Amino acid sequence: MKEYTFFPGCSSEHNASAANMENSVQSMCRMLGIKLNEIDDWNCCSASIGYAGGGQLPRMALSARNFALAQKQRGNTDLVATCAACWLAMRETNERIEEEAHIKQNLNTALAEAGLSYDGHIKTRHMVEVLIEDVGWDTLKSKVTKPLKGLKVAGYVGCQTNRPFGVCGDSFENPQYLDRMIEATGATAVPFPMKVACCGGALMFSEPEKSCVLTKQILQSAVDNGAEVIVTPCPVCQLNLEVYQGLINKTLGTNFNIPVVYYSQLFVLAWGGKWEDAALHQQVIPAEPLRRFA
Amino acid sequence: MAYDLTFAKDVYKKSEMGQWIKMCMQCGVCAGSCPLRAHWQHSPRQLFQMVRAGMRDEVLKSSDMWMCTSCYNCIVRCPRELPITHIIHGLARYAETEKMTDPQQPTRRFAVEVFWKNITSTGRVGEAMLTMRLYFLDGLGAGIQRGLEMKDSAIGMLKTRRLNPIPFRGKLKGFDGMTKMLAKAAELEAKLENHA
Repeated sequence: MKEYTFFPGCSSEHNASAANMENSVQSMCRMLGIKLNEIDDWNCCSASIGYAGGGQLPRMALSARNFALAQKQRGNTDLVATCAACWLAMRETNERIEEEAHIKQNLNTALAEAGLSYDGHIKTRHMVEVLIEDVGWDTLKSKVTKPLKGLKVAGYVGCQTNRPFGVCGDSFENPQYLDRMIEATGATAVPFPMKVACCGGALMFSEPEKSCVLTKQILQSAVDNGAEVIVTPCPVCQLNLEVYQGLINKTLGTNFNIPVVYYSQLFVLAWGGKWEDAALHQQVIPAEPLRRFA
Repeated sequence: MAYDLTFAKDVYKKSEMGQWIKMCMQCGVCAGSCPLRAHWQHSPRQLFQMVRAGMRDEVLKSSDMWMCTSCYNCIVRCPRELPITHIIHGLARYAETEKMTDPQQPTRRFAVEVFWKNITSTGRVGEAMLTMRLYFLDGLGAGIQRGLEMKDSAIGMLKTRRLNPIPFRGKLKGFDGMTKMLAKAAELEAKLENHA
């Protein structure tokens, strides 16, 4: 059984906004024979907006503490994140630790206050990289027992699972991996020109009127291209596209009612998992188009 | 007229990744790549030139860099490979430490007064408390109004077990150590300078 050190992140906690991602990822990994060893006592990664209150060192110290705990508990096993912002924050911190000696030194001086140290060398990976590079396309396809035939899906990659690091060398402007995942389940990936447009991210909290306009354009593009469901790897994208549809309809005069699910939910369903295993009972907008495959 | 480089040199030294502003060739690809371009007054390209021109007040009081959604479009498209997203974050943070930002700037308030306090008070995001604190920043009336606007979404999330009905959460086991670590990191941050 392949094992990874696991960083779920705050939104994947029990009763948190991406609980549907977490529950379906756990089912997906069980079906793949992958064991995820959660870091004990992990803290927030500082997310996309931690720089404003935390500057450089306090912000990066948060990720450094997670690396230090991971190294102490699990050695240098690859660290897997499912949240785009967590993956990005940790990769950025690790890159600066490896490349800037004074950053490594300063962060270790700070870590010493918590009785910890971090030596570098842990590779941070996104779950989709594990699927593509370690599990492989052949296995992802061969596990399908209930092909999602005829299902029209818009693959919404979003920003941070794509930029600035990229996934497996895929294009920033027109990445293919999510469409390939959709096709691997037997579904059809519709043309989707907004696949890497920004949903507004955390701006949805502080300036929703600006963010709603961005999200509306993405939803409109999915609907115009005939999608029955949107699939995404990112918990902030999922939240903005699904939970804010009501507010968008109210403030921008639209009438959207399109479910937004995670890649992990599609795989679990196509591999013969139950509706609950895929955490499809945890959708605010019910994933009705997927019912016919349950 | 001689240029006053005092502000530019401060930014190069003290603002995160600020030293890279020297490399900007003013092409404007960042401006065309930004999803918030309909809203800001100055594009990243313009802010960088304003830094070089010594326009301290105009740059640091600007709301522009606070609109960054961290989409990283500018960073991957910049032909000179400047870390633009990080430079913009750095300018926002530098404006904050220099106490130049409009205290009412909505994203500054959310990021500094709500988000950072939320994560450092327990060690993890408490989503329910985060949302409540944000909604009630402008007092009870505004909070109730915003809460009502989002009522259906909140009920939907409670029903699907994606929102904790109890807004309080416990602290990490290593909370005291984490707090000391953050205090030390903040102390070291004050002495941090960019290496050109």
